[in-house]
Amino acid sequence: MPNPVEQLGALSLSLLREMGRMVNFLVYALYKIISSPGKPIHILKQLYFIGAKSFFVIFLTASFTGMVLGLQGYYTLTKFGSEGMLGSAVALSLIRELGPVLSALMVTGRAGSAITAEIGIMKITEQIDALRTMALEPFKYLVSPKIVGAVIAVPLLCAIFDVVGIYGGYLVGVKLLGVNPGAYFHEMEKSVEWKDVYSGIIKSISFGVIISWVCCYKGYYAGHGAEGVSRATTSAVVMSSVLVLIWDYFLTSILL
Amino acid sequence: MKRAALETIVGIFVLVGILCLAYLSIKLGKMELIGGDYYEVHADFASVSGLKSGASVEIAGVEVGRVERIVFEPKSGVARVYLRIRAGVELADDVIASVRTRGIIGDKFLQLKPGGSEKIIAAGGRIRETESAIDFEELLSKYIHGQVE
Repeated sequence: MPNPVEQLGALSLSLLREMGRMVNFLVYALYKIISSPGKPIHILKQLYFIGAKSFFVIFLTASFTGMVLGLQGYYTLTKFGSEGMLGSAVALSLIRELGPVLSALMVTGRAGSAITAEIGIMKITEQIDALRTMALEPFKYLVSPKIVGAVIAVPLLCAIFDVVGIYGGYLVGVKLLGVNPGAYFHEMEKSVEWKDVYSGIIKSISFGVIISWVCCYKGYYAGHGAEGVSRATTSAVVMSSVLVLIWDYFLTSILL
Repeated sequence: MKRAALETIVGIFVLVGILCLAYLSIKLGKMELIGGDYYEVHADFASVSGLKSGASVEIAGVEVGRVERIVFEPKSGVARVYLRIRAGVELADDVIASVRTRGIIGDKFLQLKPGGSEKIIAAGGRIRETESAIDFEELLSKYIHGQVE
């Protein structure tokens, strides 16, 4: 029976080793993106898979997020008699916070898990080893296009999320609850600054890196058998969601 | 999937995304792609408390520009406000600039009262006549302590 201090040390060391491996993985992947960019068709496929196929899920979540923001915002603002501010409340919370984070979480759930499963299954069926045997760089075909694809697709999805959410809020606020439509858009245009839009985009670019990085890494180092892949997929989704939320806090405090 | 179909779908997706991004940054974020249709003038105020850069500049209630930046002039001890005025709007050199509040607790904005002079302020020129922000608390305390004439 090992003593508790020894266990703690072993745990810390293994955590540290894991973190080091993850950072190495990212740095190597970024180096590969620059040194040997793959064919555009690989990136195009990832854009289709991560971006275009996530469109409907983003559209659905964005419209309902915007609608519930309209409802909640109206309920709160009407207490102060300032329903006219509904537009800026909806737009600012979407652009600064909810758009980047929720779109990143949806992409993690829809595309991130699939990325991990795909790479994980290639790993356990030794397809990655086969690539390497044929002197083909697995990063170039598997990892780099996914990271590039996610970095392009996630900010675009976030922008779609913002706009759809704003119109969702418009639908509830103006059409159902009777806020003045001119006030809705005018207050919104007055209160949203370029800085807000910019910080939202920076956020969602970094979320794109985090999602693709964690999900590729987890798949690439998946354990043995079907159980290994299932465990890798679960931990990839959990870890990238948690990292997105933690990183969101720190990025917000830097950008604010 | 055929390559052409894939490219079309990705193309539509990217186009929609970029349109949304453009809407956010140009319409809402007020990012200016062309900076040529504005000119800058400045005005010195004894106090601008509450006025923020980006606040609107209005003549007769119509927005004609924005407050670009506010700096403190150590030499004369005044606040210098730089305004960006839309190019078509001409300001007479006796125009009066005053810091106003929208409603009681609303945003501060800059109101320009047009003058009658023939001379026009050139780009980079100065608005001579200014009125500082009305300090609501000061007014209130004057009223409470009974010093209102």
